[in-house]
Amino acid sequence: MVKQLSWKVGGQQGEGIDSAGETLSTALNRKGYYLYGYRHFSSRIKGGHSNTKIRISTSPVRSISDELDILVAFDQETIDLNAHELIADGVILADAKFNPTVPEGVTAHLLAVPFTKIAEEVGMAQMKNMVAVGASIALLGLSVDAFKEVIEERFARKGQKVVDKNMEAITKGHEYVQEQIGNTITKFRLDPSDGKKRLYMIGNDAIALGAVAAGARLMAAYPITPSSEIMEYLIKKLPELGGTVVQTEDEIAAMTMVIGANYGGVRALTASAGPGLSLMTEAIGLAGMTETPAVIVNTQRGGPSTGLPTKQEQSDVLAMLYSTHGEIPKIVLAPSTVEECFYDTIQAFNLAEQYQCPVIILSDLALSLGKQTVNPLDYDRIEIKRGKLVDWNEELPPLENSQLFPRYEFTEDGISRRVLPGKKDGLHHVTGVEHDETGRPSENPLNRKRMMDKRLSKLSNGIDFDTPVFLDAQHDEADLLIVGFNSTRGTITEAKERLEAEGLKVNHAHIRQILPFPTEIMQQQIQKAKKVLVVENNATGQLTNLIKMHVGFAEKLVHYGKYDGNPFLPSEIYKQCKELLVHGHI
Amino acid sequence: MATFKDFRNKVKPNWCPGCGDFSVLAAMQRAFANLGLEPHDVAVVSGIGCSGRISGYVNAYGLHGVHGRALPIAQGLKLANRDLTVVAAGGDGDGFAIGMGHTVHSIRRNVDITYIVMDNQVYGLTKGQTSPRSEMGFKTKSTPSGSIESAIHPMEMALTVGAGFVAQSVSSDLKQLTHVIEEGIKHKGFSLINVYSPCVTYNKVNTYDWFKENLVNLDNDENYDASNRSMAMQKLMEHHGLVTGIIYQNKERKSYEEMIKGFKEEPLAKQDLMLDREHFDKLVAEFA
Ligand SMILES: Cc1ncc(C[n+]2csc(CCOP(=O)(O)OP(=O)(O)O)c2C)c(N)n1
Ligand code: SF4
Ligand SMILES: [Mg+2]
Repeated sequence: MVKQLSWKVGGQQGEGIDSAGETLSTALNRKGYYLYGYRHFSSRIKGGHSNTKIRISTSPVRSISDELDILVAFDQETIDLNAHELIADGVILADAKFNPTVPEGVTAHLLAVPFTKIAEEVGMAQMKNMVAVGASIALLGLSVDAFKEVIEERFARKGQKVVDKNMEAITKGHEYVQEQIGNTITKFRLDPSDGKKRLYMIGNDAIALGAVAAGARLMAAYPITPSSEIMEYLIKKLPELGGTVVQTEDEIAAMTMVIGANYGGVRALTASAGPGLSLMTEAIGLAGMTETPAVIVNTQRGGPSTGLPTKQEQSDVLAMLYSTHGEIPKIVLAPSTVEECFYDTIQAFNLAEQYQCPVIILSDLALSLGKQTVNPLDYDRIEIKRGKLVDWNEELPPLENSQLFPRYEFTEDGISRRVLPGKKDGLHHVTGVEHDETGRPSENPLNRKRMMDKRLSKLSNGIDFDTPVFLDAQHDEADLLIVGFNSTRGTITEAKERLEAEGLKVNHAHIRQILPFPTEIMQQQIQKAKKVLVVENNATGQLTNLIKMHVGFAEKLVHYGKYDGNPFLPSEIYKQCKELLVHGHI
Repeated sequence: MATFKDFRNKVKPNWCPGCGDFSVLAAMQRAFANLGLEPHDVAVVSGIGCSGRISGYVNAYGLHGVHGRALPIAQGLKLANRDLTVVAAGGDGDGFAIGMGHTVHSIRRNVDITYIVMDNQVYGLTKGQTSPRSEMGFKTKSTPSGSIESAIHPMEMALTVGAGFVAQSVSSDLKQLTHVIEEGIKHKGFSLINVYSPCVTYNKVNTYDWFKENLVNLDNDENYDASNRSMAMQKLMEHHGLVTGIIYQNKERKSYEEMIKGFKEEPLAKQDLMLDREHFDKLVAEFA
């Protein structure tokens, strides 16, 4: 019996690999196991090796694992590319059809199962993926009953016959392997789960759901990996709430449409990745200058240019902070779990209105597309804060003699009352040109300075965001502080646990609010540690440099970057930490 | 009820004396008043250029954005609050160079806004460079030996991509200009109005006199049928695009807002943001 294991299915893209992974994991999630899935895919639709690795555990997991226990292969390439990951006595379940062989040096057991043949007997070669699911759960020591509900839901649209055939394929696969192994391979049998009900989502699902919960009713976007799921979800859900998604001609249109919509008073968002964000930068400046709320999601992927469009990277940090010309107030949040994707998105919409400025939700591919078990989302935590927005029902003093409403009035906190177009007695100007309190263009140097100070001061006293830094830092004097952001959260947690098990004192700080930068918190944490390792999926150490800029401690900070397109493994972080602790450098 | 004076503000335009844009401003203000609108019912979204300043000269809501992006901003605003009368306005560079993509796609999308282009066949604000509306051979600072690129014909282009309302006018004809703006606003869907608005400083070719000599007014043509798209195309080609009046109108085509499934009559901006618990639970259950 095991508490956790890793399972991977691979083959040619379009062979039903995703569907096998989905079916297995949805069923296990419903049984109360914790899962973490990561898809390895290329930007082709059909063909090309693709695989999904799923970690199954009886306790929370937020990272892929170093090892692999079971590999399901639909072709020899899958074995050749992935078998080296298997533990010494791992298992390869491969379709007998292609006469699978085990590469030299791999000691895992090979079980050739006639996936295709069984599927054909059941009625359709396509269902070989369900045979493989059945074969897998035989190894996990689970019964096929857990799959009934999931299969019914997945195939209900296609009729009872298809449901039955798929169940039959799973059952046959299960029986075949059960017969083959009898009581010989028992080490992958899973411990019972706690049976609790949880959700199973990707980060993009949570961002999209968060937007709906925040009251966003309009999205304007242009498709791009790995952000498209957000618009695809919202186009399904917004119409029933009276809203919609506009697929624009480009990201410039998306961003400016979002500005127009927010100016009009609806909560609107756009989502994209690096290339799209590059196109949006001028418009983001307009939102800052005109103090128009806007929420922009950037799901980072491998850059520069088209880079590695389907791979993990965290290399847009500084671009999100500094790419707009001129100086504007801007907020950049970086959720690090799927739950946070949901709650932070709600907060992002609030912050955009409270501080009347653009808010960027920075995610990364592993977080946006990695599918994880998620604790039930709490309706009672949904809170709508609209800041100094003049309510439609409020009566404003009459404007006489072409007088204008002081939309940009100088105030103590720099935030002025915002009135929406359509409102009587609220007329004012809005322009990207420097302007006075009523929005009229002004080049007056005194006004210019005051206006710049007003806009920038809105964020200078901290913002109303619940957790700028996630801290797992018990030690007042730590041997090491590990710093990260976005999807590396669980991987760092695991590395930290291993180090602590060896008696080392390790703290972990995960930055969730990148702008305004949480200087004080980071300063305290860095002070408490002898060494600091900043883990980030980029080459130049963007977060490391940002910390140096705000907090200092240049000599203490060590950047650990990975930019080969793959997420960090817990063992990699563990090793670098050890290296740093033993040798003083990596 | 508001009169055109109520749409005036106290800001003195920084346009050169004689600039065609003054008439566009006046026509717009008259059109709003003639339609019985109140200043707070109207929003003018403009681009960057001499012409782009227009939103700051109208006593109404408005947004002066970035170069070439008046249209997506205006569409976002209209989708947020469909009770507003939204007019986008800008120069020929704004709409047919940097913003051309948005012009074409706004026509396709057909959100119910009115787009007024102040076409002076040159870049005014940046002091006299060639524009996509400059004719071949047109000499400017950026084309000292004359433009060697062909000009865009916006009216033909609009017809080709499926426009529902296409009109053209000229600054010297305030009456017609006011009329086409009114009709454009009344039209349910996207309306494109190209206005020959002479730049007296940087365009010494396409002057008021030149237009007087060259423009053909369709209002004077009894046989002209603006619901006939091929007739419209033919007329434009016959006169090298130099016609004024409502060139084409398709009253059948539904606007984008009317086509969106579930889009409510009540403006999005006035709806309750809070999702009810039942709805939330239903959405969450899909991820179980
Ligand atoms: C992104 C960007 N590029 C260039 C400019 C400079 N610029 C301002 S207005 C303009 C062209 C104006 O021509 P047009 O749109 O025809 O307006 P007009 O001044 O003639 O009314 C240019 C190039 C700018 N503001 N923004
Ligand atoms: S430069 Fe030309 S377009 Fe600009 S204000 Fe003067 S006349 Fe008008
Ligand atoms: Mg021009």
